[in-house]
Amino acid sequence: MIKDFAKGLWKENPVFVQVLGMCPTLAVTTKALFGLSMGLATTFVVVSSGLVISSIRRFVPDQVRIPMFTVIIATFVTAADYFLKANFFQISKALGPYVPLIVVNCLILGRAEAFASKHGVARSGLDALGMGVGFTCALVVLGACREILGAGTVFGARIMGEGFTNWIIMVLPAGAFITLGLLVGGFNIIDKKVSKKKG
Amino acid sequence: MADNVFKKAWGNDIFRIIVSLAIVGSASGMALVFVYNYASPKISINIKHETEKAIRNIFPGTEKVGKTSEKGVYKAESGKGELLGYAFVAEGNGYQGIIRLIAGVDPAITEMKGMEVLESSETPGLGAEIANPPFRNQFSGLKLDHAIEYVKNQKPQEDYQIEAITGATISSRAVVNILNKRIDEVRKLIKAKQ
Repeated sequence: MIKDFAKGLWKENPVFVQVLGMCPTLAVTTKALFGLSMGLATTFVVVSSGLVISSIRRFVPDQVRIPMFTVIIATFVTAADYFLKANFFQISKALGPYVPLIVVNCLILGRAEAFASKHGVARSGLDALGMGVGFTCALVVLGACREILGAGTVFGARIMGEGFTNWIIMVLPAGAFITLGLLVGGFNIIDKKVSKKKG
Repeated sequence: MADNVFKKAWGNDIFRIIVSLAIVGSASGMALVFVYNYASPKISINIKHETEKAIRNIFPGTEKVGKTSEKGVYKAESGKGELLGYAFVAEGNGYQGIIRLIAGVDPAITEMKGMEVLESSETPGLGAEIANPPFRNQFSGLKLDHAIEYVKNQKPQEDYQIEAITGATISSRAVVNILNKRIDEVRKLIKAKQ
């Protein structure tokens, strides 16, 4: 059971290992706060759709499972979008179209198809939660790196000295690719060292 | 009896597909009705607050923001009911997408009082500077007897000129063009009413 949760954090991390959901990963991580909000919205959607899908999995006709999953996912995404617009207006404006686009995040349909439609409610929930938390952590790290170098702040708090010149490229799309590439590389180095010690 | 008919029908693929999709679809629709009812009043309040906050920034001392018969044109009034000026929403194409801004003019439309950017997707660090004080404060006090113009890499000479942001001429020009076009429209609208 614990394994279902933990694998999303490291061994099958959606961003660094599975490289899923690249559209929001690259687009919204100009600031750590945006990464966190996007991660939490995605976690909400993946967990609730995972729970619903695994509880109705016996009644789902095989031929139309994908449309059914998509409708369920879209319902939760719309709910998340309205919730953000109602309570966190500024964040929702900054995330723009990327919240509705969670519908097509392959991480979510991937978990529904690969796990929730084949396992019980409890395990599916844990699996989805693990994936969501793993995704959120990856987005926050990515957002923090880009915010530190691109604006000299983390979560809006200034950490670079006054003399620091912002690296504009880090908040531009190119910065997203550069940071993600370096982070995936770093992730692999650590992963290899850890597995060598174990082996 | 009815049970048996249903069981027999459930064996039919087409029937199963139709029923299950219909159930999921209507359940989703019903759930969204609740979410919408909860969220939509809050969302319209948020949008209203945003507009009013921008108008208060442009016209310090605004007590009441009144609507005019024209959509997107507002009246800023002081506590005594005195008309401070008109504020209006204007939008147009920027460098990367739509720029939506709100601008204020005095009641006679001879002078600009200020402008605020509500929405833009300009390049961070370059075009996005249009939303920051060094650029946007240039618009307060511009004379409107002449179309607004921008100059590059020099201080404005005339009282209808602003200095474009270095490296973001397109965004600066977009703001100027959006304002000029909308000011003309608003002037006609208000003249027509008087």
